[in-house]
Amino acid sequence: MANIKLSANKLDELREVCKSFNNEKGELINVLHKAQGIFGYLPAEVQEVIAKELNVSVAHVYGVVTFYSFFTMLPKGEHPVSICLGTACYVRGAEKVIEEFKRILNINVGETTPDGKFSLACLRCVGACGLAPVVLVGEKVFGRVAPDGVKDIIAEYAK
Amino acid sequence: METIKLKIDNKVVEVAKGTTILKAAREAGIHIPTLCYLHLHDLNIENKPAGCRVCVVEVEGRRNLAPACVTECTEGMVVNTHNIRVLNSRKTVLELILSDHPTDCLICAKNGNCELQSMAQEFGVRKIHYEGEQSTYREDTSPAIIRDIDKCIMCRRCEMMCNDVQTVGVLSAVNRGFMSVVAPAFEMNLDHSVCTYCGQCVAVCPTGALTEVDHTNSVIRALADPTKTVVVQAAPAVRAALGEEFGLEAGTLVTGKMAAALRRLGFDYVFDTDFAADLTIMEEGTELLDRLTRHLNGDKNVPLPILTSCCPGWVNFFEHQFPEMMDIPSTARSPQQMFGAIAKTYFADKIGVKRENLVVVSIMPCLAKKYECQRDEFATDGNPDVDFSISTRELSHLIKQSNIEFNELPEEDFDHPLGESTGAAVIFGTTGGVIEAACRTAYEVYTGKKLQKISFEELRGMEYIREATIDFDGLPIKIGIAHGLGNARKLLQDIKDGKSEFHAIEIMACPGGCIGGGGQPLHHGDSSVIKARQRALYAEDAGKTIRKSHENPYIIKLYDEFLGKPLSEKSHHLLHTHYFDKSKEIKTVE
Repeated sequence: MANIKLSANKLDELREVCKSFNNEKGELINVLHKAQGIFGYLPAEVQEVIAKELNVSVAHVYGVVTFYSFFTMLPKGEHPVSICLGTACYVRGAEKVIEEFKRILNINVGETTPDGKFSLACLRCVGACGLAPVVLVGEKVFGRVAPDGVKDIIAEYAK
Repeated sequence: METIKLKIDNKVVEVAKGTTILKAAREAGIHIPTLCYLHLHDLNIENKPAGCRVCVVEVEGRRNLAPACVTECTEGMVVNTHNIRVLNSRKTVLELILSDHPTDCLICAKNGNCELQSMAQEFGVRKIHYEGEQSTYREDTSPAIIRDIDKCIMCRRCEMMCNDVQTVGVLSAVNRGFMSVVAPAFEMNLDHSVCTYCGQCVAVCPTGALTEVDHTNSVIRALADPTKTVVVQAAPAVRAALGEEFGLEAGTLVTGKMAAALRRLGFDYVFDTDFAADLTIMEEGTELLDRLTRHLNGDKNVPLPILTSCCPGWVNFFEHQFPEMMDIPSTARSPQQMFGAIAKTYFADKIGVKRENLVVVSIMPCLAKKYECQRDEFATDGNPDVDFSISTRELSHLIKQSNIEFNELPEEDFDHPLGESTGAAVIFGTTGGVIEAACRTAYEVYTGKKLQKISFEELRGMEYIREATIDFDGLPIKIGIAHGLGNARKLLQDIKDGKSEFHAIEIMACPGGCIGGGGQPLHHGDSSVIKARQRALYAEDAGKTIRKSHENPYIIKLYDEFLGKPLSEKSHHLLHTHYFDKSKEIKTVE
């Protein structure tokens, strides 16, 4: 993670966020939420800045980040892939779709491809159960995805 | 005060409102077992995450059993602490904890001193009925402390010490569920964190998850090597606590027996860190007077207050967390390191032994000393001034292994020349002691008069932050004292904010000072043990004929023969040090 430099602008924005919460210790989760919105993920440096601003230990911040599955320390890909694991999608074979994404991209859920193009995540119900199983790439929704359709979706973004 | 009446095991108990069942029961003489719970009375800090569930009790009218450590008493409550339901649940909870715990107790560093082991023994656990996955985590070995997380039961006591008491902020629970562990930020190893190695986490760990790096084998090897001359030094606080490991009451002084034991272990010279404590006073006291006089003469570049620097945990703390204040601590090395430097130059020359053939072992109440003696600046051509530092606990193991009947030993003296010390040096082991020792010498040097009363009662006590003004014959000297790093932080912050003004400040990292050090016999949160050790040190001081460091005849001789005078060039070279800004080191990113 040491090779990632965060822009000064964004770090200023982060400090502003902390300030908007009055640099209160108790607002840590809210601050982390906003920070992930700014950076897309929560690298060590961001956690260190937050710890300093809120006057809590870095270990404590890291403890909270690793406790909640919503928070991630891994950068998302250029095209974040999310596969719905809600009941409807699940019973219609979403798991097989995940396996296919994992196989082709050669990463696990929660990871990002080394070229930074794709990241893989699961989510629960996007409210499009009629289209199950559903896959999101960025904001775009793909419905009724079958395992053999996965390579076409990837190809569409791999250019 | 509003009180509440309730029944615990058919006994009517009256307690203040807000009292927990656990405390109410203990007041009534009923000892509900606990594992994660820890109460540090003096600090008014309680660890009660209700995590282990061993303290569950039945409360009539409640569907579920209640954890006694967090459940408050209510009027008319009827509590049963040991019916069959409670006992079964307690045993189940214990077995579940054991099902994810290694059972290699025989070879565990905490064998015989483990709270989990004792509880399994008390409950007569002979079989663990639950089998399943066991959590595994890499072992983390730092220069002073070993983390073996597989043995962690998530009691969170270490977190409480690290965060609430010491405010160092290294440890936190991370991850969740079965994967959760207590770890430094980003799950780095301790030596990549801001850990001060104060060892207070080790002192409260109920199991073998946190232990000291054990150097007893290295000491045994050195003692067995015919080419080596092995010299030992024992710190002041050790003599007030070592006896506890041999069943003696807390606060029993075992100075003479300890010297005898060390001699029987085979050390060629049995010396005393107290000698170096006297030397520290000569250097640190002179530095205090030097800075003070220059300051009084109007030199605004002289930083005041002067802070003591004997405590390696404290040194680590300010190097990491207050690097902007690095110019105010005294440059004097700790007594351990002064001893090593003198032993490997002055003394080695005296007995005609080459530096590399002289091994210096220190017995310390402290784990940070293990790290301190490994610092690069305390070595000459790769040969450290102090080769091995072992804790009070490790010394007790050495004595037991060597078939020495400690309690039967005669009282013996330390050897000369590095074994002679004064009462001022003895009290180095307690909070307030270093600054009192410094005042005894600084007063007489500054005023040229004899002290009427040698004891400075106003500097003594157990309060965590203390202030006193000492009259140096018309010149009021303002003294501050803090023990426990959390209190040191408060005092430092006040100085930074300009809220407090002092001439000199004594800081010790551990609550109580070295008597409560991370390397001492485990006190299991009982502060009366620490107070008893403190009384023992003051008693030893009061019984000494010489009680001022500058009157130690061997110190006078050392300056005559070797060092010249305090703060001389040779002194600077051998007895002083410099500090490093370590605040940047821990950065995970640039």
